Amino acid sequence: MFPDSSKSFDPPKPGLWPAFGLVSFLFFVFSQVFAVLTSPADLMMGHMQKMWYVHVPAAWVTFLSFGIVLVASIYFLVKEDERADLLAASAAEVGSVFCGLTLMLGMLWGRPTWGVWWSWDARLTSTLVLFLIYVGYLALRSFVEDPQRRGQWSAAVGILGAINVPIVWMSVRWWRTLHQLQTNPRSLSPEYLRGLLLNVAAFTLLTIWFIRRRYEAARFESAAEHAAQKAALGDNDG
Amino acid sequence: MCCRVKPYTLSAFLRLENWVAFALISSVTNVAPLLAPDLALDARGVARRFGARWVLRGANLQVRAGEMVGLLGHNGCGKSTFMRIIATLLKASAGDCFVYGSNVKTEGDDVRHHVGFFSHIPGLYDDLSARENLAFAATMLGFPTADIDAALERVGLTSVAHERVRGFSTGMQRRLSLARLILQRPRLLLLDEPYNNLDVAGIALMNGFIRELNAAGGAAIVVLHDLVPAQGVLDRTVIIRDGRVHMPSPADLARDGASPQAITLPVGAAGIS
Amino acid sequence: MAFRDDVRRIRAIVWKDLTTERRSKAGFNSVASLGVTMLVLFGLALGPDSVALKDAAAGALWLAVLFAGVLAFNRSYQVELDGGALEALLLYPGSRWAIFAGKLIANLIFVTLMLVIVVGVGIVLFQVVVPPTWPAIVGILLLGVLGIVSLGTFYAAMSSRSRAREVLLPLLLYPMLIPVLLASMIATKALLFGDLMNEVGAWVRMLSAFDVIFLVATFFAFEYVIEV
Repeated sequence: MFPDSSKSFDPPKPGLWPAFGLVSFLFFVFSQVFAVLTSPADLMMGHMQKMWYVHVPAAWVTFLSFGIVLVASIYFLVKEDERADLLAASAAEVGSVFCGLTLMLGMLWGRPTWGVWWSWDARLTSTLVLFLIYVGYLALRSFVEDPQRRGQWSAAVGILGAINVPIVWMSVRWWRTLHQLQTNPRSLSPEYLRGLLLNVAAFTLLTIWFIRRRYEAARFESAAEHAAQKAALGDNDG
Repeated sequence: MCCRVKPYTLSAFLRLENWVAFALISSVTNVAPLLAPDLALDARGVARRFGARWVLRGANLQVRAGEMVGLLGHNGCGKSTFMRIIATLLKASAGDCFVYGSNVKTEGDDVRHHVGFFSHIPGLYDDLSARENLAFAATMLGFPTADIDAALERVGLTSVAHERVRGFSTGMQRRLSLARLILQRPRLLLLDEPYNNLDVAGIALMNGFIRELNAAGGAAIVVLHDLVPAQGVLDRTVIIRDGRVHMPSPADLARDGASPQAITLPVGAAGIS
Repeated sequence: MAFRDDVRRIRAIVWKDLTTERRSKAGFNSVASLGVTMLVLFGLALGPDSVALKDAAAGALWLAVLFAGVLAFNRSYQVELDGGALEALLLYPGSRWAIFAGKLIANLIFVTLMLVIVVGVGIVLFQVVVPPTWPAIVGILLLGVLGIVSLGTFYAAMSSRSRAREVLLPLLLYPMLIPVLLASMIATKALLFGDLMNEVGAWVRMLSAFDVIFLVATFFAFEYVIEV
């Protein structure tokens, strides 16, 4: 009867997650080594090309994380389960980090390719906008204390932000094509593609584990707060 | 008056349990008696936390139509939180709460038709005149604006009806908020420390209004820190302690300002059973 | 029936918002002045070269609207927060979306009035020659304003009730509005110079799509943002 018995206040059990983390990490190391060793130097970029094996998977897991934010936010609004809110927050944090990584690598790539750190390339620019949208999401979370309110507000912001991602992407692309077309069309030969796909898979596993770790931490925080409250009031609820 | 339409909100629509409940209610006929519509308030295990702090920890309170209940308790014990949950201003973290059979969580719009909330917050627009504030309230409530002048007259603000609220004293603002309640004539009156900043005449006005609604079959829950002004208005008093509703002890009543000979208030148990 | 009740409530909220705005003239005056000041600053930054000024006119105009708009949106909820009127507003029966619609329409009128002043000043300061296609420009202005106001009204409902509201609203709002900003800026500019690349149609479609999508989304989501 009493809400304290709700499962959402128990700290999460680790289960098989440590093993999952170890496997993901080993797989990640293997994928990186494999990709770097098997791929020949690019005709134009030389060994700069190796950056792809981080840049492309990082971009992919950015979208994956923000997809999780969207789904968890909708679930939270429908079910009002605090855990979904914590999951959305964890995914947003991890996603923002990978988004930042994607941006940095994009800039590193742009410097030798176009001679400038920032070329207002369509993909890079829309990734930057995505980054800013989720910086706003995380800022909102840090400015609101009440968990119920924080959950509902950030869920709404997360859903609207996710809806906007394709629109932003399209508008930035159009804006870019107007000024000058600067695409980098390259057909990937299989020796690059293998390493790329392997790393995409490895990053996916690693990201899931990161989000899980962040989520566990959030759950522990919530459980600790709750335990402190119980200790202060005395557990007289039977 | 306007019809009472269930709020077909997205949240209500998406909730699976609503569909399940719909199917169940459709299959079992005549469930109305189970909902006990003669209860003005039926709060069961209402809990609310702010962060990790549980303010309410399973409060139960049943108030019959026509019953006037005083609500006591220390500062920060959750009285106002409880009132705000009943008024649909705050969502309960757990538990169920019904106002005349309507669930405050899922049928908020129905509940808001019944409930009148009077708190320490005036809820007025400074740049509108007293009359305009009431006209706005009447339109929002769906009532004719014709009764406004009578309401202003009753709270004694006719002479300043066309002045902006910005210049009003706290007492005048509270009288204007009361005029809004008089317009609304709610079936469940929620009064959060209603006598604050009211003079003797204001207290009499407030008590007169409460009795009038009572005579019409309405119920009231009155949060108090001093029982004296509510003499002769309340049917019973309850107290919130440790986040739950209890029957107050004589010591509780004495602490809340009633002198020993003044404790003539009928004191009832929490709940009706 | 219920819908008619909501329409009546929307009208009451619009009337109330505009009346309070009209009486505290300081609000509109200061917001419009900020818009004009922004234009002056952009003009100074771009220098007196009339070609550069004309070229940048559309961008400067939209940025000025965006900066001044943020003040307007926060103000629109400040009226509700002074004296706890928002609480009273939420206690009236009726749909939550009606409250949003009322605030949205009031903000639309407010920002459009401000836009009239800012555009007038902008035409003079940036030496813009008004083309014969000006009705199309007006249409784009209105579409752009609708996009800005719908999201602005929505996000201000949160930011105005949180800590650091001055920072939070632009932080949330501006990145979301980048498609609106790009579409309105480019379409306005293209029309000023005669739509040489025949691109206005595509941008107007994008702008309309954005407006429709986010009007629907904010109407649904408002309930979650205003309650609690």
